[in-house]
Amino acid sequence: MNQVPVARESADFQRYIAEQERKSLLRFLTCGSVDDGKSTLIGRLLYETKMIFEDHFSALERDSRKHGTTGEEVDLALLLDGLEAEREQGITIDVAYRFFTTDKRKFIVADTPGHEQYTRNMATGASTSDLAVLLVDARHGIVTQTRRHAFIVSLLGIRHIVLAVNKIDLVDFDQARFAAIREAFQQLAADFGFASIVSIPLSARYGDNVAEVSPRTPWYHGPSLLDHLQRVDVGDDLARRPFRMCVQWVNRPDLNFRGFAGTVASGSLRPGDEIVVARSGTRSRVERIVTFDGDLDIAEAGTAVTLTLADEIDASRGDVFAKSDDRPEVIDQFAAHLVWMHEDPMLPGRPYLLKCGTRTVSAQVTEIRHKIDVNSFQHLAAKELRLNEVGEVHLGLSEAIAIEPYRQHRETGAFVLIDRFSNATVGAGMVTHGLRRATNVHWQAIDVTREARAQLKHQMAKVAWFTGLSGSGKSTIANIVEKKLHALGKHTFILDGDNVRHGLNRDLGFTDADRVENVRRVAEVARLMTDAGLIVLVSFISPFKAERQLARDLMAAGEFAEVFVDTPIETCEARDSKGLYAKARAGQIRNFTGIDSPYERPEAPEIHIRSNEEALEHAADRVVAWILGRDSADDWVI
Amino acid sequence: MSVDQHSHLKRLEAESIRIMREVAAEFSNPVMLYSIGKDSSVMLHLAMKAFYPSKPPFPVLHVDTTWKFREMIAFRDDIMQRLGLDMIVHVNQEGVAAGVTPFTHGSNYYTHVMKTEGLKQALDKYGFDAAFGGARRDEEKSRAKERIFSFRSANHTWDPKNQRPELWQLYNARVHKGESIRAFPLSNWTELDIWQYILAENIQIVPLYFAKRRPIVERGGMLIMVDDERMQLQPQEKVEERLVRFRTLGCYPLTGAVESSAATLPEIVREMLIARTSERQGRLIDHDESGSMEKKKKEGYF
Repeated sequence: MNQVPVARESADFQRYIAEQERKSLLRFLTCGSVDDGKSTLIGRLLYETKMIFEDHFSALERDSRKHGTTGEEVDLALLLDGLEAEREQGITIDVAYRFFTTDKRKFIVADTPGHEQYTRNMATGASTSDLAVLLVDARHGIVTQTRRHAFIVSLLGIRHIVLAVNKIDLVDFDQARFAAIREAFQQLAADFGFASIVSIPLSARYGDNVAEVSPRTPWYHGPSLLDHLQRVDVGDDLARRPFRMCVQWVNRPDLNFRGFAGTVASGSLRPGDEIVVARSGTRSRVERIVTFDGDLDIAEAGTAVTLTLADEIDASRGDVFAKSDDRPEVIDQFAAHLVWMHEDPMLPGRPYLLKCGTRTVSAQVTEIRHKIDVNSFQHLAAKELRLNEVGEVHLGLSEAIAIEPYRQHRETGAFVLIDRFSNATVGAGMVTHGLRRATNVHWQAIDVTREARAQLKHQMAKVAWFTGLSGSGKSTIANIVEKKLHALGKHTFILDGDNVRHGLNRDLGFTDADRVENVRRVAEVARLMTDAGLIVLVSFISPFKAERQLARDLMAAGEFAEVFVDTPIETCEARDSKGLYAKARAGQIRNFTGIDSPYERPEAPEIHIRSNEEALEHAADRVVAWILGRDSADDWVI
Repeated sequence: MSVDQHSHLKRLEAESIRIMREVAAEFSNPVMLYSIGKDSSVMLHLAMKAFYPSKPPFPVLHVDTTWKFREMIAFRDDIMQRLGLDMIVHVNQEGVAAGVTPFTHGSNYYTHVMKTEGLKQALDKYGFDAAFGGARRDEEKSRAKERIFSFRSANHTWDPKNQRPELWQLYNARVHKGESIRAFPLSNWTELDIWQYILAENIQIVPLYFAKRRPIVERGGMLIMVDDERMQLQPQEKVEERLVRFRTLGCYPLTGAVESSAATLPEIVREMLIARTSERQGRLIDHDESGSMEKKKKEGYF
């Protein structure tokens, strides 16, 4: 098929096309509180740069009559509020991306909501931006939310700020008012280390100082907003940083080609350069830098490439390539700022998935150092992080990975946390520094192994984890199991929820955060006991899937069984051997599982005991059979 | 003509390639939706780049409504053969059997049955856990808030209130069985970027984008091309040869042409620069009311 020829081009047009292809890209976000006029400002930028098509404009005129807040005039803000629900409520509740272009630059704008609870969206918009436009209302000046916005953009590593003092028309273009706001902001921002702060008095509604410098602010000698955005140098110094590339995909079209596909995150690379796989320390030389458009002599930051190496080395998705003279740390514990993004709070000790670069590992917050009041910047003690809260935390990983401070390396310093069960993205983090204790505390090599200890006892060390509602019969069955095992000469121990709370866990209460820690400690103790060769019966309500998974992850496959004692709550409540249900119903006990705190049922327990349908003795026999490694209860009951 | 390595087009290209590689690496059964239009052509070109020297490690799916322009189908078959890609063509046979056509059932219902339902059928049939689409954020208001990895429930619905936060370029690819992700590698491209890239990379596109004299009927304020004998004329309508081209392509009875003499890529780009209406203007389905795209997306439309 013949493409229509590229012909009949004038010299002007050639020049235009060449200009387009040299055009740079600036990504920025806008933030401000409700009614500061963010959406109006972006609508104004689109309007001034002639990005609004006639059909959009006529839809806008129609919508303005229906939902607008500007009377007879066209409400430019309505261009941006994309979702019906938002238009009806008159507030922006999600990040919207907008595009406009001038002769010099293409712009991608993240319009982020200013509403109190949407810190999450601002962090999202900021994560891909190089500059932030902070709006303040000239009538109100710096407000609490301005402080919050400045804090979050600095947290996300944005170094260039425009303070847009909007609605300057409503304060009669008052120079002193503008100067006072600018001064106040500079004081506020002094600690954030922004590389540039440019303050501009403007009116988004009437266009003053947006595209053109306004005659109504003769005392202002700076650039218009658009002029500044076109010219600001956001100092992308990625090229001068050490080389990093996360391997995304191994490219193997046939046996003769093995390439590592990824995007160069920073620095540059040439054929012949030595690279090192951060995690394993394996070295090799770059043979070719392959692209569809031909091999490259140099791969620079931002380029998507496929590398072939001189040696057959062990590397795969998730590995980080560096140069041998500047390698990232490979660690399993580090400190980070964490922004929580989900309605379910972050609980220390709960296992999450962490994705950093192209690698996903299991992770848990080992400690909340403090949470940060985003309005006052004060550090506060916390046992959990709630939606839109920001904290400084320590994290531990299931394995060591290449991870670096976010300020130096965005790509290897940024991570998201994902809930292991719902798969929701629940948190976003920025690494501040690695924790030395991970690298300095080495495992003591022990000559007498856990297998040896278990062998001496003629048994296999295992954990049977009984979970179920209070009063379901967990302890009763665990007791029968232990007696049977004892009679067979096996060495056992029962860890019982109530008993452990009198000693090891007496500092813990019944909040979600404490329940998680309660289970984590018991899981670790159970693990130590199996190291000692014991058969451990854990009898714990353990209501949350995530913690049961944590306990399971501590053990080798086949050494851990979830025993679900499945008794309907009505039965448990009718029994009420400890009188707890009555108290819970009377409101004397709070956070009681099954009443006002959830129980997450196991989905695939190794042993499922429906206690209303099965004799307890028989159920106990099934558990014993599993512990002894027999196929069925009948095998050992002779 | 080659593109400057630091230009915005090269940055957009690199971002798209990165997204495609993430999908290929993280999902077990991805597919690329191919609509034959210019955005699909760019997406396919990027996929050839992303996995070079391998072929894209996923098939291409075309949901055929049976009402596409004939030139589109010819172009589709030719390009798939030339690139050596696996293509799946799916038609909603129930819709065909029920006699659903754009003329008999109205554009909304027809689109729902032949496109949205057809797409869901194909995704279910092959068990795809990720599907690339060529949608861009600049196309329409509800798309401006779309994620690059957009989560869909097991019955393919999109919940705008319950989207996963998406930070940096860390895309959450985790789904349960039956759930899926729609991945949009062209999210940050604009219509102008697409044309400039087609020009710079000399990407093949369907000739319908170039101006030519074509048989046209004016209907409902739109210029509809009479592509085959299934189009029945109203008494007052008459077919005229007019010099037109298409800014967007879909089902011929629902796709309006624009009068234009732009017969080369540079002329099209030049025309773009002075265009005063958006490209979706040429599509009947978006016209009903301004929230209509959001409604369609909730139901599983791309």
